[in-house]
Amino acid sequence: MALVKPKVDAVIVGMGWTGAILAKELTDAGLHVVALERGGDRDTQPDFAYPNVVDELQGSVHRRYLQSLSQETVTIRHKTSDTAVPYRQMGSFKPGTGVGGAGSHWSGAHFRPLPEDMKLRSNVEERYGKAFIPADMTIQDFPVTYAELEPHLHMFELVCGTSGKAGVINGVVQQGGNPFEGSRSAEYPLGPNPNYLGGELFYKAAKEMGWHPYPIPASNASGPYVNPYGCQLGPCNACGFCSDYGCLNYSKASPNACILPVLRQRPKFELRTHSQVLKVNLDGSRSKATGVTYLDAQGREVEQPADMVLLCAFQLYNVHLMLLSGIGQPYDPESNTGTVGRNYSYQNLNRVVLFFDETVQANGFIGIGGAGTTMDDLNGNQLDNAKAGFVGGGLVWARQPGAGPVRGINVPSGTPAWGAKWKKAAADNFRHNFYYEVQGACMSYRQHYLSLDPTYKDAFGRPLLRMTFDWHPNEIKASQFFVDKAMQMSKVLDPLSMSGDAKKDGERYNITKYQSTHTCGGAVMGADPKTSALNRYLQSWDVSNVFVIGANAFPQNNGYNPTGLVGGLAYWAATAIREKYLPDPGPLVQA
Amino acid sequence: MKDDPDKTLPALTRRRFFQGLTLIPVAAALPGCAPGDAPGQAAPRADAGTPYAPQFFTTAEWAFVVAACDRLIPSDEVGPGAVESGVPEFLDRHMQTPYAAGDIWYMQGPFLEAPSEFGYQGKLALRDILRVGIAAFDAQCRQQHQGKTFAQLDHAEQEALLKAAEGGKLELEGISSKLFFSNLLGEVKNGYFADPKYGANKDMGAWKMIGYPGMRADYLDWIGVRDKAYPLPPVDLAGRRG
Repeated sequence: MALVKPKVDAVIVGMGWTGAILAKELTDAGLHVVALERGGDRDTQPDFAYPNVVDELQGSVHRRYLQSLSQETVTIRHKTSDTAVPYRQMGSFKPGTGVGGAGSHWSGAHFRPLPEDMKLRSNVEERYGKAFIPADMTIQDFPVTYAELEPHLHMFELVCGTSGKAGVINGVVQQGGNPFEGSRSAEYPLGPNPNYLGGELFYKAAKEMGWHPYPIPASNASGPYVNPYGCQLGPCNACGFCSDYGCLNYSKASPNACILPVLRQRPKFELRTHSQVLKVNLDGSRSKATGVTYLDAQGREVEQPADMVLLCAFQLYNVHLMLLSGIGQPYDPESNTGTVGRNYSYQNLNRVVLFFDETVQANGFIGIGGAGTTMDDLNGNQLDNAKAGFVGGGLVWARQPGAGPVRGINVPSGTPAWGAKWKKAAADNFRHNFYYEVQGACMSYRQHYLSLDPTYKDAFGRPLLRMTFDWHPNEIKASQFFVDKAMQMSKVLDPLSMSGDAKKDGERYNITKYQSTHTCGGAVMGADPKTSALNRYLQSWDVSNVFVIGANAFPQNNGYNPTGLVGGLAYWAATAIREKYLPDPGPLVQA
Repeated sequence: MKDDPDKTLPALTRRRFFQGLTLIPVAAALPGCAPGDAPGQAAPRADAGTPYAPQFFTTAEWAFVVAACDRLIPSDEVGPGAVESGVPEFLDRHMQTPYAAGDIWYMQGPFLEAPSEFGYQGKLALRDILRVGIAAFDAQCRQQHQGKTFAQLDHAEQEALLKAAEGGKLELEGISSKLFFSNLLGEVKNGYFADPKYGANKDMGAWKMIGYPGMRADYLDWIGVRDKAYPLPPVDLAGRRG
């Protein structure tokens, strides 16, 4: 028998970026908000305090800031005729948990989408014809334009104190920024971070290629900053513990540093940690949510009634909760019907490592998570996809989030993995190599989707989420194209040696190797309820008092890191809830 | 003290204040202050001269571990070997943590065979992969080498066996040699490079060898320096200088 709590205006599942943004916006609107977070509470002090936070064994081996897979994980298979097996050890992607979620252990790379990325299918059809898109590719336009999102993308940058250099402001190209970006209403809140060697040399090499390098926008503060909420950030000290770690320095933007300090003081905001939401409860019509059921810290089943339910968990778990709760129709790839689980996509990441002699001080232990140098000459409409032979663009970048030796030491290819030769190579190369990465878009396909696993269960007895995903020839071709460009560019720098890991023809998705935590889609936003789970305001087409906020809404993934767009969509949805939904609750778009 | 590194830096390093926080490690500034081990993490550490007494590994397993560490990261003029660095002690202590018992792994069945892209799908936790692997490895050694265990073989024989295991070519009873080897090697490297509080990396020898400044975690003043090697020796989590 579940305990029943008094009804509230809104219940939020998950206290990462989107949960914190929605909680702030809805308490601004006077609503009583309860947030349920499956993990523990976390704040800079004491959880990310120096020196204990910079412990590589705890952070990158025991992964103390990430989700433990023993409680919840996913199963994965390459194709529908395979039997999925569990994602047992952390590898390919790293979901977070606890207050701050993945927003506390991200690096800080903070991009906006390109305008053309927001209307991908129509843009590709217009430029290359319908036949250019493979039959199994299910890419779609976002049902919202870059121009509509711009104020919300800007707001998220203001909250994060994003450090960068604008390339286009009000239609006017600016020196030093990305000339191909969508027009901005204003400059970044802070100027770019200082650059390390690999990022500096990127300018030289990219210019020789005829490209237009620019500083990666990074939510790692380049100077002291106070955000619109009055939360303060201090200048990043380049400590080299960003990805996998909470920030010791109030420099990397996070829900914990940038929003929670305000929320925690609000009487109408209640945060319940160690609260595992099991499902969203629906009424008899299955078109309205009545609240959620969760396990509290003591393991008791508790029902929290609410007028609105906001799913703000990590992308995978938002989709999981929808499937478990019966919100919308599960996607079936055979009949190509249903929407929940449809259009799962990922990110196409590969790396080129450049090795130099002892006179080249690359100092990879220094790191500013998101900062570095990149270019957009092979992204969006700058890339001739017909010539390149694949759909989607990508970036080559120099980034250096910081590397200690427990996280691995790059050694030239051909070096043994152990013994005296390995040791010598580790000693010779640790401070004298850097890498360039290529981050490609990842398209969505009819056969790549999320569903419930028929066999495996989580610690709470629920079916695990099942991922069906593999590399499509389109993404393999893109990987080869971008790695080749990165290698060409790197040759300009005359390294002693370099190694690139372009995907080989026929290569399968490998879940053991970290690639990217940019898992996307599965509950996508769209204009048509037959091919999207959410309308343009991230509102469920089927259950109108449920909003699902996160990268789950991306119909496919572009070449950028998703967080900037995720934050922008959260403010976009919050504004729609405040201005449209609250005065007149119900579907904001007629199906 | 000659290497008082923080005093050799520009004033900028000491001038960083934010919300009342000074980001110089307190322990680094006060060499006499207590080590930063969290409660419950402190484990018996052998005094100088007293050999570490393993608590997880049996005597036979310990002999294997020491011999394997000595081959995986041998001692030479480049830097310390795994044994002198204390990696066997690290392994013995690390195998007693919840992590090694499978705390953050999904450990529920069924345990199906799957292609290598799906990683380890078996039911053993890390500590059992090592334990089962060592027993099987030694059993194979005895069979191949007239009753001798791995630790009793000469270096060339040991290296040939480790190489075979690395490539999955050593047939072991009950466990994949490749799985065992990759987990053993991963753990040896973890210990070799982790903070000294975990039992290895004595005197921060591995960090000094590669030029890692350890837990300094403050490099703003060096990010733009191109013509000089980073000059400061490492600092560990307890604030000791290497």
